Amino acid sequence: MNVELKNIHKTFGKVHANVGINLAIPAGTIQGLLGENGAGKSTLMKILSGFIRADQGEIILDGHPVVIHSPADAIRHGVGMLHQDPLDIPPLRVIDNFILGREGGLLPGQVEAGRDFKRLAEQFSFSLDPEAYVDSLTVGERQQLEILRLIWLGARVLIFDEPTTGISASQKEKLFAALRLLAEQGKTVLFVSHKLEDVEGLCHRVAVLRSGVLVGEAKPPYITRQLVEMMFGKAISVGERNPTGAGEVTLSLRNLTVEDYRLKIQAVSLELHGGEVIGLAGMEGSGQGLFLRAVSGLVRAVDGQIDLSGHDLTGRNYQAFKKRGVAFLPAARLEEGLIPGLTLTEHVILAEEPEGFFINWEKGRQLAQSRITDFNVKGTPASTVESLSGGNQQRALLALLRAPLNLLLLEHPTRGLDIESTIYIWSKLKERCQQGTSILFMSSDLEEILHYSDRVLVFFSGRVTPPLKAASLTTEKLGELIGGSGWTELASGKGA
Amino acid sequence: MKKNLWTNIGFQVGALVLALLIATLILVAVGAPPFKTYASIISGAFGSTNNIEEVLITWSPLLLTTAGVLITFSAGLWNIGVEGQMTLGAIFTTWILRLLQGSSVPPALIIVLGILAGMIGGALWASLAGALKTFGGVNEIFGGLGLNFVSTALTIYLVFGPWKRPGVGSMSGTQPFDQALWLPTLPKTELSLWALGISVLVIAVVYILLRGTHIGLRLKAVGKNPKAAFLMGVPTWQYSMFAFLLCGAFAGLSGAIQVTSVYHRLLPNISNGYGFLGLLVAMLINYQAIWAAPIAFFFAALNIGSVQLQIIYKLDSSFAGVFQDLLVLLVLIGEGARQRFLRKG
Repeated sequence: MNVELKNIHKTFGKVHANVGINLAIPAGTIQGLLGENGAGKSTLMKILSGFIRADQGEIILDGHPVVIHSPADAIRHGVGMLHQDPLDIPPLRVIDNFILGREGGLLPGQVEAGRDFKRLAEQFSFSLDPEAYVDSLTVGERQQLEILRLIWLGARVLIFDEPTTGISASQKEKLFAALRLLAEQGKTVLFVSHKLEDVEGLCHRVAVLRSGVLVGEAKPPYITRQLVEMMFGKAISVGERNPTGAGEVTLSLRNLTVEDYRLKIQAVSLELHGGEVIGLAGMEGSGQGLFLRAVSGLVRAVDGQIDLSGHDLTGRNYQAFKKRGVAFLPAARLEEGLIPGLTLTEHVILAEEPEGFFINWEKGRQLAQSRITDFNVKGTPASTVESLSGGNQQRALLALLRAPLNLLLLEHPTRGLDIESTIYIWSKLKERCQQGTSILFMSSDLEEILHYSDRVLVFFSGRVTPPLKAASLTTEKLGELIGGSGWTELASGKGA
Repeated sequence: MKKNLWTNIGFQVGALVLALLIATLILVAVGAPPFKTYASIISGAFGSTNNIEEVLITWSPLLLTTAGVLITFSAGLWNIGVEGQMTLGAIFTTWILRLLQGSSVPPALIIVLGILAGMIGGALWASLAGALKTFGGVNEIFGGLGLNFVSTALTIYLVFGPWKRPGVGSMSGTQPFDQALWLPTLPKTELSLWALGISVLVIAVVYILLRGTHIGLRLKAVGKNPKAAFLMGVPTWQYSMFAFLLCGAFAGLSGAIQVTSVYHRLLPNISNGYGFLGLLVAMLINYQAIWAAPIAFFFAALNIGSVQLQIIYKLDSSFAGVFQDLLVLLVLIGEGARQRFLRKG
């Protein structure tokens, strides 16, 4: 099916997520959609698949303008979308999930569906057991199930949102073969990704989005450098840099191996000095978050050793890490960091070591007030945290940290904050560094990483680079590494 | 802020009026004269000293179960199992009293030991629901509900089995204890100032615990956001477990008081719905311990006041329950509506 998007606009509050996007995709094409996190790729695809409505613009399928009200409506028009996290229902069997979403009939035609399932699975050479429960499948297998289901429902346009995140190399090959087959059958495939390697290896054509704008299109042979430049814009000078922290070793990791159901981070060795900042770069879900949680004691490492200022903390729990002066600040501020319903005073009291049995409310209030002033939080000691804006919540989180800290671990410390708040928060963090605290932080903002880190670790699908001097990196180079290119040079020692 | 206060009061009063309105409609529908019914509820509760004593006797166990669920609610737990915990308190108390009755132990000490045993029994029963929740991943609502059934079955087994009256077991319970093992009551009444005093003391302790102590604040933190509380260094599962134990102890105390001051024996259904009623009170007061005493008193008065409805208007005395439930539902709905109203306004 030919797909044409005309002048699509979408705003979320102040954010203009899609700015007048025009894109025409002929049938039988694998169209790549490239861009960093927050570039507007997912928004555009959600508009096409009926999850959200565009504020303005037209969708034209095979020459007919259509209005898509819901995902069910989209499937009626032949448009289906596979989400980054499969939207299936794990406690059900594969075949039940397959049948779900089919319209009409109180009793789904089990037998007929089973036959179709088998036929389609064979066609794509997927080996899925229709009787297996979805919880027992890997992410890759769940994707395969979802592909079969959408095709069975009559999808002629298939959208894949970051489909190569969290699947194995062999599953990726299978997926790519299936996508090529779909294109040969005349279906239109939209492949959304931030992985250059995948896009370059698979897509017939690529469109690049940046800050909601379609900044360019490309056809093979692709020039990686050009794509990176389109994705991240021109390099901007990063300004003054602090000298590398030269204090004693705070944190030492030897062959740390961490694993969750999605990926495995192999043998990371690292020495972090007092006052040093290391930025963890990589696309969302490449292992940085897992790494941070392992270093904070929230996730137990499978192998390797963690030393903190000479104390072996391998295998110890979060409380033990906390006692040794490790603090972890989660990205989900209201979900994991703060307690909605409680006031700033109550938070300050909770965060301190309790003294005695009764709470000294007056002392707590004074402490809260001094922290509020110190961190420039726009609120009062009696404000509940959910009443604060995002930037102020982040300042509040920082204000709750106890005074001497050895190691500060931060997930996206400035995500969603305006520039003023970002600069303020980093000035506070740098104060900590001067007192000898070391910082490990992850961010999807490359400039933030280059600007504030002394050294950088790049994560890609669980692989980790050795620490790279931030001064020797550029946004282009970092962008390439994040997208999975340039790793071989790195291994042979020609890299930064 | 001030405007919020007035909207709050407005919604609360609105809910009360609506509850009265619907209750009135129900009364009209079943053919009872509404206003006379209300008047007789009031006179049934406060018409004579005897009535007032009855209300106070009911108030005491209700206050204790309310105090208990305020603790678990603060920790974000729906401890539906209070009924069972109260029952186990009654069973443990009865057990100690039976064991020591007629021994050389002074009766006053037997009573104290019996009450302590009741608290332990309640806490143990609650710890089961707590362990199921913490270590087994069983939602505390299901665990508590299941354990309620088990506790009822256990009481019936004891009353008709090992602890049956000489001769034949009956629904009227075990053989009553010697008068020496009764909690002292006011002369010629069943009202025990001890029971009343303990209950008021407990609700005061809970109020202070939740308002002014680190334990209370940490319980609330665990209840509102366990993940963040954990990251702030609060040992979360230990606090959940502690909440279960404390609530169970108070529920057990409530059962112990039923045995030592009201019935002087174990009988089936000794918890008499006080556990569920305590949950209703806690919901109605939006988990603010300060309001527990007056609202529990109001509920007790409703219960006692409607006892005679059956005789006068052939109305089942469960009319009190109907009204209480209506009130709680409407206040909760009102709360939801208020939040929407404030968000829009």
